[in-house]
Amino acid sequence: MTQPERSQWDVVVVGAGGAGLRAAIAARESGARTAVICKSLFGKAHTVMAEGGIAASMGNVNAGDNWQVHFRDTMRGGKFLNQWRMAELHAKEAPERVWELETWGALFDRTPDGRISQRNFGGHQFPRLAHVGDRTGLELIRTLQQKIVSLQQEDFRETGAYESRLRVFQECTATRVLKDGDRVSGAFCYARDSGDFFVLEAPSVVLATGGIGKSFKVTSNSWEYTGDGHALALLAGAPLINMEFVQFHPTGMIWPPSVKGLLVTESVRGDGGVLRNTEGKRFMFDYVPDVFKEQYAESEEEGDRWYDDPDTNRRPPELLPRDEVARAINSEVKAGRGSPHGGVFLDVSTRMSPEVIKRRLPSMYHQFKELADVDITAEAMEVGPTCHYVMGGVAVDSDSAAALGVPGLFAAGEVAGGMHGSNRLGGNSLSDLLVFGRRAGAHAAAYAGSLTARPAVDDVQVDEAAAEALRPFSAEDGAGTPSVPAPDSPGAQAPPAQAPPTEAPPAESPYTLHQELQQTMNDLVGIIRRAEEMEEALVRLGELRARARRAGVAGHRRFNPGWHLALDLRNMLLVGECVARAALERTESRGGHTREDWPSMDAAWRRVNLHCALADPAGTLAAADPERGQIALTRRETPPVRPDLLALFEKEELVKYLAEEEFHE
Amino acid sequence: MSTSTGAAASATSYEARFRVWRGDADGGGLHDFRVEVNDGEVVLDIIHRIQATQAPDLAVRWNCKAGKCGSCSAEVNGRPRLMCMTRMTDFARDETLTVTPLRAFPVLRDLVTDVSFNYEKAREVPGFVPPPGVAAGEYRMDQVDVDRSQEFRKCIECYLCQNTCHVVRDHEENKTAFAGPRFLMRVAELDMHPLDAAAQAGLDRRRTAQEEHGLGYCNITKCCTDVCPEGIKITDNALIPLKERAADRKYDPLVWLGSKIRRRGAASGPGA
Repeated sequence: MTQPERSQWDVVVVGAGGAGLRAAIAARESGARTAVICKSLFGKAHTVMAEGGIAASMGNVNAGDNWQVHFRDTMRGGKFLNQWRMAELHAKEAPERVWELETWGALFDRTPDGRISQRNFGGHQFPRLAHVGDRTGLELIRTLQQKIVSLQQEDFRETGAYESRLRVFQECTATRVLKDGDRVSGAFCYARDSGDFFVLEAPSVVLATGGIGKSFKVTSNSWEYTGDGHALALLAGAPLINMEFVQFHPTGMIWPPSVKGLLVTESVRGDGGVLRNTEGKRFMFDYVPDVFKEQYAESEEEGDRWYDDPDTNRRPPELLPRDEVARAINSEVKAGRGSPHGGVFLDVSTRMSPEVIKRRLPSMYHQFKELADVDITAEAMEVGPTCHYVMGGVAVDSDSAAALGVPGLFAAGEVAGGMHGSNRLGGNSLSDLLVFGRRAGAHAAAYAGSLTARPAVDDVQVDEAAAEALRPFSAEDGAGTPSVPAPDSPGAQAPPAQAPPTEAPPAESPYTLHQELQQTMNDLVGIIRRAEEMEEALVRLGELRARARRAGVAGHRRFNPGWHLALDLRNMLLVGECVARAALERTESRGGHTREDWPSMDAAWRRVNLHCALADPAGTLAAADPERGQIALTRRETPPVRPDLLALFEKEELVKYLAEEEFHE
Repeated sequence: MSTSTGAAASATSYEARFRVWRGDADGGGLHDFRVEVNDGEVVLDIIHRIQATQAPDLAVRWNCKAGKCGSCSAEVNGRPRLMCMTRMTDFARDETLTVTPLRAFPVLRDLVTDVSFNYEKAREVPGFVPPPGVAAGEYRMDQVDVDRSQEFRKCIECYLCQNTCHVVRDHEENKTAFAGPRFLMRVAELDMHPLDAAAQAGLDRRRTAQEEHGLGYCNITKCCTDVCPEGIKITDNALIPLKERAADRKYDPLVWLGSKIRRRGAASGPGA
């Protein structure tokens, strides 16, 4: 077959959401020739779906806010499992990252004195989220996109070519990170429209691919969220951490079925919305856990007073961190106090005037009106938990965003682990993207610039990556041996054979496999977990993995969604196993990991990170054999929190999280 | 489009008739499908069901399925729409739905078109020019002054307006000189940004709207506004004011000068 086209870059960024675009801007501004590769059109990444805002302690609405308070809230939200240095950098740098957006043309909602307005959100002590109505993600992505365009305009003026220093390969997918020895040498990719393969040669690759939600049936995530970056890192030899922590956002739409899982922004609660069960009771007052008792109102009256007088009242428990609210809703429904379609009621209609609702929550008004025939200014919404975010991801160095063990590999945003610990606070994602996107891009550029020789791309790896990507066009036979076409066979390049060999079992539909995977993860590794169910999940994932090798594809390579999904299945299966294995191993409940059989938080687990790595990095045996897992776990102890950061908390609070011996260190 | 007889009917599923355009740059045609429809579904759900059960390689572009990303634009019974926001209850159960790709852009495959025209036009509009001497963190703007540009920034770049605008829909030859409603609106957005310092940098956005982005081609038929899924008043709030401002600039130097002085006054306030 013809050799994939190759081009040379200093930095390749995989993903064009908030983290990827911010990384690309930083890399390009550091002087690196930068390529961005993204599955969707430029400007369509999942970041556009972020609604509530960007958390940054600018103190515009309550001057009491500062980075220390933000740091404290973030650690509490993550139940102290956070990689504390990341939480520190994040809290310190978020305001600069938000202000910088204004210099690139972003238009946030304003305070009466003309500053950036900030709204309340779950787990944040002060109004902290910079926002634009409830479409903040769109503003973020558009601002970054337009900043990239203006950099390209600059390059055009200087070099005569828009893409001489910064190019976006849109609607393209990376399937492998290539390596020269231990080091990154580039990425193997295909273009979705033509189906052609190409290689981006680069000493630095920044993963910014987002999350894994499409492995679950009920999710707020878009189709792109197939864990690509997580899988690329694993396959390149970089470990993942905290994969057992998956955030189920408490409020997703539940009716009609076709929109089940679609996000209902936390701003609804931040702006005054309340949760009620079918008996009309504001049930969240019954679910304030011990660790948060000091910070949340004990009565509806106190909670209601807080909106106008936050200094002498405590916040209502509807604004607890997401994990707490999601579990509470789950319990109410289980106890038979759920709404007609199996959720609870979220009501703003009795709390705000229709005009205020439409101004502050325009997308929510529109979404319910258009998709569910519900007028949220007049009636309550029905909501329930939906898979929203993965706290786990690539283990990275806090300062540089460099992946552990693979020089040249970086990760930022949702695909990186550690920052949010066991549970992310709302609003901390967009700020995470900006803070660590910038760091990843700058460090990736610096690393590329520091090398005296470029790592070489190995032809054998390119051929193997091409064969792997073509496998779905020639589904495997029943004996379990792969029948990958030779790279130079005609079938590999031209529109290939439509049907598998007649003696083989029928090819599997990638769509069916995907649905079964989603059902498995949803039912067995979902919001409430039990050992037997997760063991069952691992068995099913093994079977699905074996069947996925027979995932067949009809048609040819030009814009073929069946083929694209067949390739994404590899990633979702790898990630699904990481989640199930780590969740089975962690015998406690903390943040986004709730064990029915281990319901308490265990201080001994606080300092333990579970690292996921490939069990059999060299071979394909594990992948082919349903009995064997692909993922091996190791326990790693995390470094103690720096004393000056611990000193930001009262001792009485710390004893709820830290083990006895940690006080003596 | 017919009225909603389906909405009042029972919640049970039914079988709908779909005609979907399949093909590529070399040609193609409408293919018939009979496909199950369930309660609350939108056209994109049905396209996905066709994909999962009958035509696994049916090409369709989509992303959020929530009306937020603007990816799944297509023409349903000839009307440009987001498939994810077009409910099946908008149509009678016995009506055959015809789904075709956007007409103004070249087909790549099936329902997916080559929208690179829009990215080229985006590059021709110079970006926000930050006000000199105002540090990050020192920007001060009143909500009433950002309201106008914020409306335009609601744009999800679905390109339905670009596809619908008759200046280019059936006139390929106009594409070179005409940026289209979306990018004229972008010029208006920047021109109305309270702190944009383009003028100080020697860039006259109103003149370029007229001379470089083809504002004069627009004869305010409001087709763009009609199809905007975000309900942005593109014509009334962006294009007509931009035309007025361009005209002021052209014919009335005093008005122009006055507006500049007022704008400068507003922009120098920030440090306060």
